[in-house]
Amino acid sequence: MILKTRLFGTTYGFKDVKEVLAKANEEKSGDVLAGVAARDTVERVAAKVVLSGLTLGDLRNHPVVPYEEDDVTRANQDGIDKDAFQKIQAMTVGGFREFILKSSGAEIKAIRDGLTSEMIAGVTKLMSNMDLVYAAKKIHNLATCNTTIGEKGTLSARLQPNHATDDLAGIMASTMEGISYGIGDAVIGLNPAIDSIESISAILNSFKDFMVKWDIPTQNCVLAHVTTQMEVLQKGVPMDLMFQSLAGSQVGNTAFGITVKLMDEAYALMKGEKSSIGPNCMYFETGQGSELSSDGHHGADQLTMEARCYGLAKRYNPFLVNTVVGFIGPEYLYDGRQMIRAGLEDHFMGKLTGLPMGVDVCYTNHMKADQNDLENLALLLNSADCTYVMGIPGGDDVMLMYQTSSYHDVAAMREISGKKPIKEFNKRMEELGILQDGKLTERAGDPSIFTV
Amino acid sequence: MDEIIRDISEIDYTARVTIDNPRDKESCIRLKKTTNARICVGRAGERFKTETLLRFRADHAIAMDAVWSYVDESIVDQLGFFKVQTLVEDKEEYIRRPDLGRVFSKETIDRIKENCIHHPDVQIIAADGLSSCAINANLPNIYPMIVDGLTAKGYTIGTPIFVKYSRVATMDKISEALDAKVTILLVGERPGLATGESMSSYMAYESSTQKPESQRTVVSNIHKNGIPAVEAGAQIVNLVEVLMREKKSGVELKI
Repeated sequence: MILKTRLFGTTYGFKDVKEVLAKANEEKSGDVLAGVAARDTVERVAAKVVLSGLTLGDLRNHPVVPYEEDDVTRANQDGIDKDAFQKIQAMTVGGFREFILKSSGAEIKAIRDGLTSEMIAGVTKLMSNMDLVYAAKKIHNLATCNTTIGEKGTLSARLQPNHATDDLAGIMASTMEGISYGIGDAVIGLNPAIDSIESISAILNSFKDFMVKWDIPTQNCVLAHVTTQMEVLQKGVPMDLMFQSLAGSQVGNTAFGITVKLMDEAYALMKGEKSSIGPNCMYFETGQGSELSSDGHHGADQLTMEARCYGLAKRYNPFLVNTVVGFIGPEYLYDGRQMIRAGLEDHFMGKLTGLPMGVDVCYTNHMKADQNDLENLALLLNSADCTYVMGIPGGDDVMLMYQTSSYHDVAAMREISGKKPIKEFNKRMEELGILQDGKLTERAGDPSIFTV
Repeated sequence: MDEIIRDISEIDYTARVTIDNPRDKESCIRLKKTTNARICVGRAGERFKTETLLRFRADHAIAMDAVWSYVDESIVDQLGFFKVQTLVEDKEEYIRRPDLGRVFSKETIDRIKENCIHHPDVQIIAADGLSSCAINANLPNIYPMIVDGLTAKGYTIGTPIFVKYSRVATMDKISEALDAKVTILLVGERPGLATGESMSSYMAYESSTQKPESQRTVVSNIHKNGIPAVEAGAQIVNLVEVLMREKKSGVELKI
């Protein structure tokens, strides 16, 4: 394992694999804040050169957080398929990049279960933005809850009807508006303002009642803390998907109030009590930088920590996983450029991990980003066959105070690329006169079609 | 020549429906009244109508400008605030380095100790945070109210301090430097769309760098369309009384 190179006559040495990974990362304000970023552009490239020569076996043997002290590392390493790993362990990271670029989706899937999160992060650092789009587009990961997500030719959307005070009538008003735009085939999922059993149960029931009344084939979910959802589930409330935010280290997850053991229990409970049909019943959100914000990054860069979230998510065979890419703020992703890069990286890493990967394409008002940056990333992800995005009224989340893709954005993305929602959902939208041949009809975009 | 286009930010969206030929307009109005989400906006093809687009851009513009604006120092001067700055040197660094926005140089701490009242019952701090507009809009109304309210209740009040480029945690440093009982930090919140003037009040009993963030009691959403400054001022005065009586704050305090 060589950790030193010369570039333009200057020698660059790195003390360990973790430092190589960090310094090879594209520029992110969060890595600068953590003090792990390359000190200049040439050092960044020198780190990429060194990284390209490491083998996948080297990366497996040097996880950024030691096996003994971290349950996320253990979950990832213990889940590796030995035969798949044997096939790739001698490959260099540079060689692995080329393998991905020239292989088919099926060939990539054949070695996928031999990959650790550090390998996935490593190869991502050698890829350009178009590489990330080109490679991600090859991979379609299907998952089945009440419906099956991830088929080629589909673009799904989470309907996110958030409300400042969780008023049921207000939540359902945004829900009706969203369905009238053909949004909600991934899930109808609310971020609650109030984390109480009573309120969350009422919202889950409202979603379910609406799905039954209008025969909408989708999934319901309320994105409360997993422990609250476990209590709700035990009361017999219909829950198609169980949600939790994940971090890429044990310390990071402690800040979210979870451990791998707790998630194992939650998953076991959900499998027994869920109201959905298929085997995939979990929903996870992630996002670069959350580990640093809880001082759980262990001196690693935010991209590598993000890859580790996906490694953990894979343990629970999720139906949905999405990064909330621009939510955390400019101290982690400074501007539109960094947000777009991170969105493409996260999406590719999730796909390569084997997840039905979506992206919350978003920004906050203290970032140097605007609606045009959001739309640029949405279009790029659509080219990469991103599994799903969010849909929210007018792009404005009035509860979480950030901007994400609008109902209009999803409809336009579908029309631009000729994609449709999930098959059964699309069929129902056609029956309701909302969609025809993948396009909104005259009748669409009017919530009062559901007030009869 | 005197003609002027109306201010689009003044259009009331509470019950506004701009859908072309809705099936039932009355139902749409009823739905719209239940949420301030941007529903019932209609569409142009599969994109926003021009009205929807421009209102969104206007609301984002004022939020962004709030982040990159500065506190009008004549306001804090007139109110008699002692002015200090964290280790941050400019707005750009403030955004990128939250760690530097939480600390002072030794010289600044010494200046605070030399110039400000020690051992007050209540220390009031104003901080720019992520919206200086919030301080400009709310401080002139709320500060005199808090002072009058606390004085009437017989509390001693410290020298008010304004911190430039400040994150919330500066209140711990100032509290420790001056040995205050209750510390109040009035700070501009991260702006939401169209709400660039929202301020929060963080309060803690014996505010300390040794305690977790959960030591703080918060009154948020202080602005003219949220909790008006006058009402928030009264709430803050009442909370000071509770904190002084219970000798604790934040999650330890069950209110």
